[in-house]
Amino acid sequence: MNVANSLRNGPDETGHFGLYGGRFVAETLMPLILDLEQAYEAARNDPEYAAELGALNTHYTGRPSPLYFAERLTEHLGGAKIYFKREELNHTGSHKINNCLGQILLARRMGKTRIIAETGAGQHGVATATVCARFGLPCVVYMGATDVERQAPNVFRMKLLGAEVVPVTAGAGTLKDAMNEALRDWVTNVENTYYLIGTAAGPHPYPAMVRDFQSIIGTELREQFAEAEGKLPDAIVACVGGGSNAIGIFHAFLDDPDVAIYGAEAGGYGLDVEDGHCASMSGGRPGVLHGNRTYLLQNEDGQILEGHSISAGLDYPGVGPEHSFLKDSGRVTYVPITDNEALEAFQICTRLEGIIPALESAHGLAQVMKLAPTMGKDQTIVLSLSGRGDKDVNTVAKHLGVEV
Amino acid sequence: MSNRIANRFRKCADEGRPALVTYIMAGDPDLKTSQKILDGMVEQGADVIELGIPFSDPMADGPTIQLAGQRALNGGQTLHKTLAMVEAFRKRDGDTPIILMGYYNPIYIYGVDRFLDDALVAGVDGLIVVDLPAEEDAELCIPAIGKGISFIRLTTPTTDDKRLETVLKNTSGFVYYVSMTGITGAALTNTKAVGDAVRRIKSHTDLPIAVGFGIKTADDAATIGRDADGVVVGTALVRAIENSLEDGKASAYTIAAIHGLVRDLAEGVERARK
Ligand SMILES: Cc1ncc(COP(=O)(O)O)c(C=O)c1O
Repeated sequence: MNVANSLRNGPDETGHFGLYGGRFVAETLMPLILDLEQAYEAARNDPEYAAELGALNTHYTGRPSPLYFAERLTEHLGGAKIYFKREELNHTGSHKINNCLGQILLARRMGKTRIIAETGAGQHGVATATVCARFGLPCVVYMGATDVERQAPNVFRMKLLGAEVVPVTAGAGTLKDAMNEALRDWVTNVENTYYLIGTAAGPHPYPAMVRDFQSIIGTELREQFAEAEGKLPDAIVACVGGGSNAIGIFHAFLDDPDVAIYGAEAGGYGLDVEDGHCASMSGGRPGVLHGNRTYLLQNEDGQILEGHSISAGLDYPGVGPEHSFLKDSGRVTYVPITDNEALEAFQICTRLEGIIPALESAHGLAQVMKLAPTMGKDQTIVLSLSGRGDKDVNTVAKHLGVEV
Repeated sequence: MSNRIANRFRKCADEGRPALVTYIMAGDPDLKTSQKILDGMVEQGADVIELGIPFSDPMADGPTIQLAGQRALNGGQTLHKTLAMVEAFRKRDGDTPIILMGYYNPIYIYGVDRFLDDALVAGVDGLIVVDLPAEEDAELCIPAIGKGISFIRLTTPTTDDKRLETVLKNTSGFVYYVSMTGITGAALTNTKAVGDAVRRIKSHTDLPIAVGFGIKTADDAATIGRDADGVVVGTALVRAIENSLEDGKASAYTIAAIHGLVRDLAEGVERARK
């Protein structure tokens, strides 16, 4: 039910979150996107679909993901109590599986026989390859050539799972280029192909649909937190690439003004370094790319910049449209976290909690480490620990000057 | 509204042939060469000119046009410079329609109103913006038509009869039928299906129908031009530029190479209905 003045009502029926979102795609894709919207509407009102997804979430992914009190990190920082919502314990090691299961069931309902996806860190690629293996569908994953190199373990995992991984050499060879190439594939293979987008971005209905699949994170958290602390958290923090784990944990709390919400963007080498970061909201402005209007890193001629982040999953010059809307509304505070801050958080978490976080999630953690000491011991913060860091150990070793 | 588009299609129809619509990327391989290519194209037989606005992320283009856009951007091409190219062309040629083709973001960042005003002054006749479907007409299509610039929409094999009504509603100038599902540069496979599609669209509109994607040779132009009111050639022309380059830069042959292909294609449209 829609409540007036709620921040949770978006998008409108044309797929807009205020100024943002929309359907900026080639005509060839327009009928497909309208079909998808219809199919998703039908599915989400179908109890059978919900039951099927629920069973997979429980028995395949291992949901609900635990809410964990990070006691030693809390002691170390000496302020607010820190909790982790442990999406890294999901099957395949990140939140990406939540969305992939929802979409693969939809693709099956639509009679699609071939799945394509883009991936940055490879977590979405792995999750997509996994659900394709599970349901016996052929899978092609587009991945920037740079990312293929820095996320080699995930490339091999995808291949083991039976997916074809296509390295994309255009541009800087990162997530943006992979998404362009996936769209080119889709526009060519319209008959049988389902494009399984990995984040809460792209043309309507993707941002809303992916958010809905990821919202289980926040919905579970509300209940788990009430049990643990008997109240709502004082703050919630998540890293923001395209923004799917973030909107997933934020959404259930948008109408609770006492819950402070923070999104950590990739600050790379720092916002003052030209083309040296991927903080599209802190350092960009609204534009149109990949099917939606949203904050983008771009030059004064409207050319999209490549950006930089140590973390492949945050190395994208845009962000999902709902985040752009939440930024302008002031409801969520988006902050840049540099590569070095993320690296430090990565190591501290590993040493103190025995949890190796994904470099993406480490951006959120770095923000938690800034916030916690400024808050009282009776206050609480929840971090979306979106993924595990096994895939990143080579990158981290390189930055620490260690030969693996 | 300028009548250059309608007049030119009518003139070609009166001559019993389709119009030859030629695409180049503005600023490819460099601004000076690109201007010369543009300025000399009509003399070689081009009837309508599509001038590409380079964009960093051309999601509907194949490798050839992607690389052309990169060459242009690396050379410092901007939307300002592209409009200036049209203005320079217009001083020499008051009749040949110029259509700007590209993606929305550079126009959005330029500012829609300012862009339309400047485009009108420069002598632009129409716009093809790949990532603005009918659902987003309020962005640019309606304002453009309001200021007298045609908004030419793409129809594709996925556009069924019902959707065609939506697509044609605010289309002006001509209708651009994309001969296949795919990106620019792919090969033409089923020419009969293209003819059928053109006839189907004609039953819904009085506007001229131009067909593009996959037309590379004079023979292709002659075949497709039997049914279509215009044939669009892009990738083949851009490739002629690409093949003429030396160390990635324009050579002494670059202009002759592309103009030679335009002349060939013009011969193809000439015999399309003979
Ligand atoms: C572990 C992890 N967290 C976060 C992200 C960023 O994506 P999103 O912002 O959609 O959650 C990724 C993307 O690859 C990821 O692998």
